[in-house]
Amino acid sequence: MSRDITFTFNGNLLTLTVEDHWTLLHLIREELGYTGTKEGCGSGECGACTVIVDGAAVNSCLYLAAEINGRSLVTIEGLAAADGTLHPIQRAFVDHGGIQCGFCSPGMIMSAKALLDENSHAAEPEILEAIAGNLCRCTGYVQIIESIKAVSGGEPEGPRVVAWRGDDPHPRS
Amino acid sequence: MRKFTYLVPKTLNEAISMHTSYDGRTRYIAGGTDVLVKLKEGKIGPDYLVSLKHIICQDQPFLNTETGELYIGAFMTHRSIERSSLVEHQYPILHDAVKNIGSVQIRNVATIGGNLVNAVPSADGAIPLIALDGKARIYGPKGDRLIDLARFFLGPGQCEIQGAEILTEIIIPRLEPRTGSAYIKHGRREAMELPMLGVGILLSLDPDMATCAKARICLGVAAPTPFRALAAEAYLRGKSVTEDSLTEAGKIAAGESRVRDSIRGVAWYRREMVGVLVKRMGLLALERARNMELNM
Ligand SMILES: Cc1cc2nc3c(=O)[nH]c(=O)nc-3n(C[C@H](O)[C@H](O)[C@H](O)COP(=O)(O)OP(=O)(O)OC[C@H]3O[C@@H](n4cnc5c(N)ncnc54)[C@H](O)[C@@H]3O)c2cc1C
Repeated sequence: MSRDITFTFNGNLLTLTVEDHWTLLHLIREELGYTGTKEGCGSGECGACTVIVDGAAVNSCLYLAAEINGRSLVTIEGLAAADGTLHPIQRAFVDHGGIQCGFCSPGMIMSAKALLDENSHAAEPEILEAIAGNLCRCTGYVQIIESIKAVSGGEPEGPRVVAWRGDDPHPRS
Repeated sequence: MRKFTYLVPKTLNEAISMHTSYDGRTRYIAGGTDVLVKLKEGKIGPDYLVSLKHIICQDQPFLNTETGELYIGAFMTHRSIERSSLVEHQYPILHDAVKNIGSVQIRNVATIGGNLVNAVPSADGAIPLIALDGKARIYGPKGDRLIDLARFFLGPGQCEIQGAEILTEIIIPRLEPRTGSAYIKHGRREAMELPMLGVGILLSLDPDMATCAKARICLGVAAPTPFRALAAEAYLRGKSVTEDSLTEAGKIAAGESRVRDSIRGVAWYRREMVGVLVKRMGLLALERARNMELNM
């Protein structure tokens, strides 16, 4: 069955017809043509498809398109300014090497955005929690965590040295 | 994904009549983190999905201050339970469990009701709610009924919910004074993993703050369904809660468990860890009971 839905897409009100069995990911990529949101596992494990619905990060692969009716959806394309200026989180990922192959980056950045919108002073434990559902196979996460810290007001300014203390079983930074 | 029709009832009765009129070809869907995965894998193929997301209901755990009962709506997300400061401070065993389910993305949509009805041996939400002596409220074509959560699970993937019935809420009875509780999901990774073992313990102390007045120990993935280690509980009752008595209780609980080998871990290791974690969580519950008393 199909139905008409109305929702806010990256700040713009949209009305369109969706099929009941479409996922939100399908709607975004295949119907709207916004391919920044990635499909990784398709089962909620990898977070590549993370988008923000009404302020909350969700896996768009496990979310029905019909459920977006009346809600606000933000995808990675909604972050940069109209003139192409990157969002501070995007800028930080570029500056700190948080982007390598780039496949996880949109999801990673959306998870970071949902966190920082709620808690602009997020510290490392909160950052780790927020991106626990986003897999990255290139960076080893250190640069990603650095990138997010660079934007969150929770950390001191200035360059940081990443070092492994031999006595710490869970070296982070 | 296979085609289906999505139905969006606004009331419980509407949901039940939709489910009944397409009997056998219908599934309820709440957060969908389980239903949609199974649908994509072709494990289920309903013609209709009846959403429980738009039924008007409570969105916060609610404490009835007269009876001391805590009400948790079945359609509440893990995230909203995790965010409840009432749960965090007075029911830390539940907070411990929900804050480690999946990821933020999963917790933002997955519901506690879906977790229970799914009835997998590894359901993180079930263990603390059983340790808290919770009751499930089930609404169906024949009306309302209450059942102890300890009796809710019948086997892997099977629970008391039949046909068009809906789990509507969990009711936790008044906490005894001087109670502390804790849950640990044991696995190989810190996040995004189903538990290899889930261990929850609740301890109520005598006024001396040392003697165990009541203990409830609930284990997950240690048998086909979540279960209470009754012999270990009985052992602790009336004893001073110490590392020694908890070690012994852990051994008894390990003996009561019916662990098996699976992809997430082997039986002997699981059994060993029941002992270790019952002790560890017992000590944490003791500490929490004492801290709570200090802060009263
Ligand atoms: C990536 C990932 C990670 C996960 N991690 C964990 C984890 O760490 N721990 C864990 O325990 N689980 C985990 N899960 C499993 C799952 O997310 C949870 O069990 C979740 O709570 C299910 O809730 P839901 O609302 O999404 O259920 P749904 O998928 O909507 O429903 C599940 C089942 O319950 C039925 N149902 C739902 N609500 C009701 C109701 N109120 N009354 C009657 N029937 C109902 C549905 O018909 C369906 O059969 C994970 C899942 C994924 C995809």
